[in-house]
Amino acid sequence: MEITMRGLWTMLHGMGFGALYLMACSGAIVELTRPAVQSDVEQSEGRGRFLRNWLVAMAVLAWLTALSGTYILYPWYRAVPPAGASLTAYPQALLKSSASTAAWHAVGMEWKEHVAWLVPICITMAAAVAAKYGRGLRRTHQLRSAVLAFVLVSFCAAGVAGFFGAMLNKHAPVEGGRVIHLLP
Amino acid sequence: MKDAVQDPRTREDTPSGAGAAAILAAGLGCFLLGALTVLGDQSSLCKALLNFYKPTGPLSGVTTVAVAVWLITWAIFHRLWRHREVPLGRICWIAFALLALGIVLTLPF
Repeated sequence: MEITMRGLWTMLHGMGFGALYLMACSGAIVELTRPAVQSDVEQSEGRGRFLRNWLVAMAVLAWLTALSGTYILYPWYRAVPPAGASLTAYPQALLKSSASTAAWHAVGMEWKEHVAWLVPICITMAAAVAAKYGRGLRRTHQLRSAVLAFVLVSFCAAGVAGFFGAMLNKHAPVEGGRVIHLLP
Repeated sequence: MKDAVQDPRTREDTPSGAGAAAILAAGLGCFLLGALTVLGDQSSLCKALLNFYKPTGPLSGVTTVAVAVWLITWAIFHRLWRHREVPLGRICWIAFALLALGIVLTLPF
């Protein structure tokens, strides 16, 4: 059992940072939609701290996903093959070489590479607002709704990027580099 | 007497300006990302100008410029509004509109 270095980075980007971000969205959405507890200040402050830390962790994941995708994986994806080379190591060229897969690049990657960058912007804002207002965020309906809306958009954008990432990797995986032997 | 000591970050009377600055700047950043995506696709001059890092191509410039302008506008709005109450509802709607436009502009159609 072995994996290439590029395959490992792809896995880390998609199944590590990206999938973890998508799962974390549910926690943020639940916390942002839960009604404020008026009576228990201590509990309310604890929830405020939890939400702040949770959103900060999500922001870190979002930046790791966007940066690793853009600056580590994307150059491998879009590398131009030399004349006569096998296209299996050049995913973009491989997808564009067939009419049945070209749209995965033209629609999938073209949308994914840009829409994914909305995620760190939206979630960093949400984390900053939660850090600034703490439990007060729950009591300010407009602020909480705005943060929730941006978190929902980040969830959808990450979902689009994740879906196309998985499909692109299915049709033209980013592979190559040093081979790592996981099991003999 | 834990309740008596109030963490400044959890004060409920924190002016809305700081939150509004973050929300509006995020909306602007998302809109700019979409607008630069279109410019990078449609104009060969913009595509060349946005090619900051050759292996990644124009995507490097699109995202770097969008993130830089987002952070700068956030800092400016924050400085202007941090101690003020602002019309939060109106600012949120403007931010949502910019965000929606940004999403639409990233579509590759």
